[in-house]
Amino acid sequence: MWLWFHKLASPPHAYRLLGRMAPWFGWPALGLILLATWWGLFKAPADYQQGDAFRILYVHAPSAWMSMFTYVVMAVAAAVGLIWRIKLAHAASAACAPIGASFTFLALATGSIWGKPMWGTWWVWDARLTSELLLLFLYLGYMALRASFDDPQRADRASAVLAIVGVINIPIIHFSVKWWTTLHQGASVTKLAKPSIALAMLVPLFIMIAGFQLYFGWAISRRLRGEILRRERNAGWLKEAS
Amino acid sequence: MDLQNFLAMGGYAGYVWPAYGLTALVLVWNWWAARRSEAEALLNARRRNEYAREARS
Repeated sequence: MWLWFHKLASPPHAYRLLGRMAPWFGWPALGLILLATWWGLFKAPADYQQGDAFRILYVHAPSAWMSMFTYVVMAVAAAVGLIWRIKLAHAASAACAPIGASFTFLALATGSIWGKPMWGTWWVWDARLTSELLLLFLYLGYMALRASFDDPQRADRASAVLAIVGVINIPIIHFSVKWWTTLHQGASVTKLAKPSIALAMLVPLFIMIAGFQLYFGWAISRRLRGEILRRERNAGWLKEAS
Repeated sequence: MDLQNFLAMGGYAGYVWPAYGLTALVLVWNWWAARRSEAEALLNARRRNEYAREARS
């Protein structure tokens, strides 16, 4: 088990493995996202209150989900890197940040576009929206902090601490609609009881989430390969690989 | 359902289409940025190797 783990965490092995894995994420991701887009726009029935505007759900909810998922991955990788001093984990954490930031931006932007016709406003400073905006600043702060160090090891450690402390924001985002009175609707899928959304509307949502999840797998594979190359530039194995 | 009706999105065309368009834009940006970041790192690694080889010879 440990032998396997060490092999997995060794940069040359991870570099090759990620390269082989990427297309297995990428192509299914493209297929699922296209399928869910078609399903969500054509096949799913219009909402009885929101009409066709509810179709924004299929891009808004998956990007919001990915913004939080990516942050948790980033924080866990940072913690692993910090505790066991695994360089590859720090590299994975660094690779997450731009992907997560883009999903967070997307969640905020599509939410804003949805908010205008439904709530009558692009933006309100309520708990859900504000905590999601804070998430965007956490990602940007993380990247800025990394960039401010010349020494990659010090950048790893400092940014890891920020990533770990910031993870407290994730449950706040999730439960914000429960803890505070907000304009944002409550959870309709991610709760223990039966989802309060019709199956015909739910299926494309799950397909889109699966597609986004695979897309993340592809993007992290590519970005992590780049990170490994930058960090291992003096290592012997690179001479053969490049 | 005809195309005109579909494009109108029940009167919400001005919201639904920009939301989907923006999503496509961000996904394509991510795809492009991830590829570019990897290609750049690979190019740098190759250059360093060439320098090292030249320095040795």
